[in-house]
Amino acid sequence: SAGHASQGCVWLCATSDRLLIKGGRIVNDDQSFYADIYMEDGLIKQIGDNLIVPGGVKIIEANGKMVIPGGIDIHTHFQMPYRGTTTVDDFSQGTKAALAGGTTMIVDHVIPDPGSSLIEAFDRWREWADEKACCDYSLHVDITHWNDSVKQEVESLLKEKGVNSFQVYMAYKDLYQMSNSELYEIFTFLGEMGGIVQVHAENGEIIAEEQARMLQMGITGPEGHVLSRPEELEAEAVFRAITIASQTNCPLYVTKVMSKSAADIISQARKKGNVVFGEPITASLGTDGTHYWSKNWAKAASFVTSPPLSPDPTTPDYLNTLLASGDLTLTGSAHCAFSVAQKAIGKDDFTQIPEGVNGVEERMSLIWDKAVVTGKMDENTFVAVTSTNAAKLLNLYPRKGRIAVGSDSDLVIWDSDAIRTVTAKTHHSAAEYNVFEGMELRGAPLVVICQGKIVLEDGKLQATAGSGRFIPCSPFPDFAYKRIKARKQLAVLRAVPRGMYDGPVSDFSPMSRGGTPSASARTSPTKQTPPVRNLHQSGFSLAGAPSTEETPIRPAGRRIVVPPGGRSNITSLS
Amino acid sequence: MSGFQGKKNIPRITSDRLLIKGGKIVNDDQSFLADIYMEDGVIKQIGENLIVPGGVKTIDAHGRMLIPGGIDVHTRFQMPDRGMTAADDFYQGTRAALAGGTTMIIDHVVPEPGSSLVAAFEQWRSWADSKSCCDYSLHVDITDWHKGVQEEMETLVKDHGVNSFLVYLAFKDVFQLTDSQIYEAFSVIRDLGAIAQVHAENGDIVAEEQRRILELGITGPEGHVLSRPEEVEAEAVNRSITVSNQTNCPLYVTKVMSKSAADVIALARKKGTVVYGEPISASLGTDGSHYWSKNWAKAAAYVTSPPLSPDPTTPDYLTSLLSCGDLQVTGSAHCTFSTAQRAVGKDNFTLIPEGTNGTEERMSIVWDKCVVTGKMDENQFVAVTSTSAAKIFNLYPRKGRIAVGSDADLVLWDPDITKIISAKSHNLAVEYNIFEGMEVRGAPLVVISQGKIVLEDGNLHVTEGSGRYVARKPFPDYVYKRIKARSRLAELRGVPRGLYDGPVCEVSVTPKTVTPATSAKTSPAKQPVQPVRNLHQSGFSLSGAQIDDNVPRRTTQRIVAPPGGKANITSLG
Repeated sequence: SAGHASQGCVWLCATSDRLLIKGGRIVNDDQSFYADIYMEDGLIKQIGDNLIVPGGVKIIEANGKMVIPGGIDIHTHFQMPYRGTTTVDDFSQGTKAALAGGTTMIVDHVIPDPGSSLIEAFDRWREWADEKACCDYSLHVDITHWNDSVKQEVESLLKEKGVNSFQVYMAYKDLYQMSNSELYEIFTFLGEMGGIVQVHAENGEIIAEEQARMLQMGITGPEGHVLSRPEELEAEAVFRAITIASQTNCPLYVTKVMSKSAADIISQARKKGNVVFGEPITASLGTDGTHYWSKNWAKAASFVTSPPLSPDPTTPDYLNTLLASGDLTLTGSAHCAFSVAQKAIGKDDFTQIPEGVNGVEERMSLIWDKAVVTGKMDENTFVAVTSTNAAKLLNLYPRKGRIAVGSDSDLVIWDSDAIRTVTAKTHHSAAEYNVFEGMELRGAPLVVICQGKIVLEDGKLQATAGSGRFIPCSPFPDFAYKRIKARKQLAVLRAVPRGMYDGPVSDFSPMSRGGTPSASARTSPTKQTPPVRNLHQSGFSLAGAPSTEETPIRPAGRRIVVPPGGRSNITSLS
Repeated sequence: MSGFQGKKNIPRITSDRLLIKGGKIVNDDQSFLADIYMEDGVIKQIGENLIVPGGVKTIDAHGRMLIPGGIDVHTRFQMPDRGMTAADDFYQGTRAALAGGTTMIIDHVVPEPGSSLVAAFEQWRSWADSKSCCDYSLHVDITDWHKGVQEEMETLVKDHGVNSFLVYLAFKDVFQLTDSQIYEAFSVIRDLGAIAQVHAENGDIVAEEQRRILELGITGPEGHVLSRPEEVEAEAVNRSITVSNQTNCPLYVTKVMSKSAADVIALARKKGTVVYGEPISASLGTDGSHYWSKNWAKAAAYVTSPPLSPDPTTPDYLTSLLSCGDLQVTGSAHCTFSTAQRAVGKDNFTLIPEGTNGTEERMSIVWDKCVVTGKMDENQFVAVTSTSAAKIFNLYPRKGRIAVGSDADLVLWDPDITKIISAKSHNLAVEYNIFEGMEVRGAPLVVISQGKIVLEDGNLHVTEGSGRYVARKPFPDYVYKRIKARSRLAELRGVPRGLYDGPVCEVSVTPKTVTPATSAKTSPAKQPVQPVRNLHQSGFSLSGAQIDDNVPRRTTQRIVAPPGGKANITSLG
């Protein structure tokens, strides 16, 4: 089919290199207006009325329909290796499904084997995607272990390879899971280098205990998956990640917001001024975890993903509301599709079921149906959460995520009235199940233009494997880092200049672990700057006379610096 | 329980039988006027026109309030620290407690990590038995986690009257337990019917911050609070609440020091979690701005963990939450060190021995900050200083209530006395008092402990060694009624769907693989119970037929949730 597609391209490319969309309503995240759009060589060249364009240009009549920036799916797992097999949707299949749904760019996760090179893994993913992707793509790299050489690799990925976002795992004990100290170090490092920290937020320690308990109780089916991963564990990890991000002054991105509790923690933190972004996914916005109790094992297993879908059926509505209000920032699909036979690896033990759900094709329509049709958000916010905010965070704005002169001509003519029923029979994924099976969605792409070429028209998809380009992302995206930088400048910590204490000192045995909580001495650092000795100024005063001493309540030497909301000390830019 | 050690200590023969006339008895539920007659350390009669033996010493209360003696749920008297010992021993400490209107203390046993819990418990018993001037009980801290600890905990609960254990989320590489260990410890504590206490701070982050702060050249006491921001406390509170919800174990957060931590507790209670919060004298009465004092010795006197918050509105906020019931009990976390002892950390704040005073000041501070300001009435005051502690730790109604049959531990309270707290006049062995210069209204006029007058006319008459160890039984109703009900409900069942008999993908044997799906690595060593094979019922159906397979959702799964609706609850083993 790849051959057929490229033949089709030869014909298409000739005619679609220059394109004029007439009579559309351009929808960006800030405003909507009527104008024509002229594109050439994959770029938007002119926007306006009565444009002067060369002859023989292909013209599309939008008839007043909305023209939106193509969607950016910021979270996919195409062609992901899994225990010797691979997820069923490769970069070709996956990006075709994306384009069919109105998404013209995807960002996939590179998952290096723990202990192996990040850059090698990155190169491997590049190779796979360059060969097969039908739309532009970028890559996140997951940090699955941590040491000095990983640190160097992260630095070169940031500076040379065009990766600005890295995911760490708080779950998957003994495999990917990072300790709090490692998280602190990674966050500190990425905060200095201008990267975005993404977290898979679940408490892996407690999950491991709960999994053991479920299996001991004889619960081996997919319902055990959600029972062993209650939403509190997700919320707990989100809370912890936010705490560490706040300590290290590093922007935080929470992937896969699946529950109300986790979303609440994010919105609370944003109110307190934390730089944190939440990513609900197609599945958490569109369906719920009641299906884990399906009597059809294969169906129940198709919903297995982590963090799991919440059994609380009011979750999708809640998450859509927070997405509309801005408490959650952007959306991905976390598309990671396995066949039933692959899922069946865990038929006797839910902990062995490969995890992941579909959603790359359904994402745009689902959000339109759940959030715009219901009046929760307008079409501009829709553009923000499906495209613009992702582009800003990836530092690709305004090349991506906006319809403007000079931007890539990735755009979609959106039909807000089209009604489609989602089903595995017609979807573009290779998986046998679709977690949105039977759902009727209003809103769908009518025409999809990717790199200035028409890839979807009249319901026909004409994508070209290998035409997708890798789009490098640069560090320090303004969207996250303007605030971080300002805080760094403010956050200078100073010691109190009080001279050395020169009174009596009790004898003590530094070797003993001691019977007191104060023995945090054990954790004290090896490196130590000796304080300046000022013999003229003694900090010791006689006991018994403290009431006569004046207390500087807000000492002069210390500048109290707080982010909006008022807490935490912030790190300094070294 | 050790016997009543009255023989050698009867300092005032007349106080064995006591009559208090004309007092207003204040319990946590009501106040009323009545006389009280006590004999042999127990309240014998309450009422008017009591018939009592002749020659009884009579105290005229003149309508003043009579409250149950205070219970200080958190002290660390005589605590060993790297070869040093906290300045106030059990004598000095309980004497100060009595001077402030507290007639019972619960001290923390802190075993050396890796050593025997029972041996440490016995050690604390012998120290306290020989020196304590008021009744006492003991919490035991779990400073290490291994198989033997579990057995020792069982012994302590069954044979030694301990029903509360504290675990540390801080003090990395010393006392700190991992989340898995805490999960296991909480499961054991719940099975034993005890209370899980936590020292809530994220020790990993604290260790990183300490290193950073020292590298910046900040070595003084201000480094202590800079390296332990209140978010780190709130995070640990949130995490321990999560673990306690998962294990259906009651949780008690010691030392609530910040607004953020208190907020997390309040929020969890609204969601139905069985959690109690203990602000201490220091967090209710002062703040962390003193860490920046130019006087090193003074700044060091405030060093405690979690630290006092530099936010000066914290005490007012915590007293409000204590008044509305979001926080329930007060302790002092009294753990004092002399200036010379503190000076061990003169060049490095991480070495400063931690702890503040507060056992003597606790009752007056709570009265002044909460009752005088109209935040709570005198009944709530009794609840937060005495009754709730007695209920949580299963001492009620022997302690924490003025009733016939209860211990004769009570205080004649004068709401009008005004005192200025000062190291010059306090009953402690240390040079600094963190409440120095604070004027507080409300103080004990007469203190009766074990039916004997120990404070009268401003004079203390305490007896070293007269304090008895009070054993506590497990499964306190106040806490466990709800826990038990939830245990009964929380039955989890699998879906009876027969075995999947469709195609199965071949997998490579290499266990370490490249997908997040391999949580398999974390699956238990113990093999799961094999599911029942039902060959007549296949769970496999062809794909594409989903719209038609009208799935009965959750017929066998009983969804059980506590008020607020979340979390699966464990069963009581």
